[in-house]
Amino acid sequence: MASTTLMKGNEAIGEAAIIAGCRHYFGYPITPQNELPAYMALRMPKVGGTFLQAESEIAAINMVFGAAAAGARAMTSSSSPGMSLKMEGISYLSGAELPAVVVNMMRGGPGLGNIAGAQGDYFQAVKGGGHGDYHCIVLAPWSVQELADMTVRAFDLADQYRIVVIILGDGFVGQMSEPIVLPEPSGKVFDKSGWALTGAKGRDPHLIASMRLSPENALEMLNATLQAKYRQIEECERIREEYETSDAEYLLVGFGLSARICRSAVSVMRKSGVRAGLFRPVSLWPFPSKELVRAAEGKRKVLVVEMNAGQMVEDVRLAVGASVPLEFYGTLGGITPEVDGIVERMVAHAR
Amino acid sequence: MPVEATVLKAAYQRPASLSEKPNHYCPGCGHGTIHKLLAQCIDELGIRESTVLVAPVGCSVLAYSYLLVDGCEAAHGRAPAVATGIKRVHPDKTVIAYQGDGDLLAIGTAETIHAANRGEKITVVFVNNAIYGMTGGQMAPTTLQAQKTKTSPYGRSPADAGFPIRACELLNTLESPVFIERCAVNTVKNVLRTKRALMKGLRAQREGKGYSFIEILSMCPTGWGMEPREAAAWVDSDMVPYFPLGTLRDR
Repeated sequence: MASTTLMKGNEAIGEAAIIAGCRHYFGYPITPQNELPAYMALRMPKVGGTFLQAESEIAAINMVFGAAAAGARAMTSSSSPGMSLKMEGISYLSGAELPAVVVNMMRGGPGLGNIAGAQGDYFQAVKGGGHGDYHCIVLAPWSVQELADMTVRAFDLADQYRIVVIILGDGFVGQMSEPIVLPEPSGKVFDKSGWALTGAKGRDPHLIASMRLSPENALEMLNATLQAKYRQIEECERIREEYETSDAEYLLVGFGLSARICRSAVSVMRKSGVRAGLFRPVSLWPFPSKELVRAAEGKRKVLVVEMNAGQMVEDVRLAVGASVPLEFYGTLGGITPEVDGIVERMVAHAR
Repeated sequence: MPVEATVLKAAYQRPASLSEKPNHYCPGCGHGTIHKLLAQCIDELGIRESTVLVAPVGCSVLAYSYLLVDGCEAAHGRAPAVATGIKRVHPDKTVIAYQGDGDLLAIGTAETIHAANRGEKITVVFVNNAIYGMTGGQMAPTTLQAQKTKTSPYGRSPADAGFPIRACELLNTLESPVFIERCAVNTVKNVLRTKRALMKGLRAQREGKGYSFIEILSMCPTGWGMEPREAAAWVDSDMVPYFPLGTLRDR
């Protein structure tokens, strides 16, 4: 049986990335994700990899662009204000169809905000953030174990679809320590020889670019290709977890840390005889809409809990429409929702 | 009387690394010449199959269409960061970042300085034509004092816009770079010198010595509102006095 290790969330991502074969990490200091670059600075030289502290988040994401274009598994990490700076690069990566893994340990915003965990970057991650029509796969972990497992999966998804995968955690998940079993490498192999920049030895030159000027419809064609890829991902990669939903009358919906608090709220409510359940989107894009529609069907109330002013609730509304009563409960500025508060919102209604 | 056989010898030909595609540059622009010089160097060093070119945003955004090597786009100003990523994955390949003045000295100043300061084993080819060409002739960080552009219609005023930045001198304050030279492509003599500088810079990279930087003063007749011949003369009369040619570092 695999042994457990006590690890901090940010460090677990680092070790899992190395397990996944990532040998190129580029980052810039920002709280609350600093343990990750520090871990990479320690570990990368030991495994023959590259740790590089860039001059900015902008430079770091563009180094990722270069390393990904060269065919390597590359990653960067940051927190909210730094993610805003990375958006340019993420748009270019998306247009050039390069695989990359980007970690955002969200903190309170807008602006410099504070350094407590928050979930205010849902829109930025899920709806775009940068310019143009693109999507990133967005995964939302709620534990250290899941951060590690998700990191290995993120690299595979990135390579499989040549897409940016964002691991959207928050300062709390990144900072908490939990016993975990380190993941195994997936063993999946992705052939990049058809496009990676390796020097045009015995072949025509490869080109990595998002720009399409000619023929006239070249950019339209690229976008059509991207959209077809996004539809395929929406079809194949929706991930969600359900907890006590089968007989539930009341449904909580949350992601990441909010979902974890919601799970405790479900237990509390069950003990007092309220049949509550939790639906937790694990992939925020693609959003598990179909599964949510099924889970929400016939519920007396759906309560969406987020550590923001109401972002994912828009996707929940899009999914369930007016079919069920929908309410939102959010905490702002790096404040976490409390179990009592969630229960009160639900139970007050239940009575 | 028998006719003697004549052996024909090619005195000049298109470099194998240069595409036959007609380029999109304006008459009198220096980019075409610089592309050709780079292609010649790549041929002579035998590195066509082990070179990756990072093209900038600007007039030379399509440089990768003309040089028959693996090519990569970079966001505006980010070429040194992208080149860093490529080089760290493939230390055995020759990585060239080709950049203009707006790209290298305005939006990408941080990337420029830090890639040089890390001593990334890349070669940066900096084409300085004192103007933003592609966007229609706006003031660049290297626009000369009193030079009129779309965004300095009364002439660049140092009181308002500062003085033109000298990239070579700026980078020469750093410890890491191994080769820094400023040259020009406005005369035959200068073109030949530029080729020598490019060869030196690329050799420094091939030999694993470190970061090399070649600034090339180049013409933008369209942006400057001049005839090509006039533009070539303007490089000597106006640019060279402020941006002196020469080798600043060769370690």
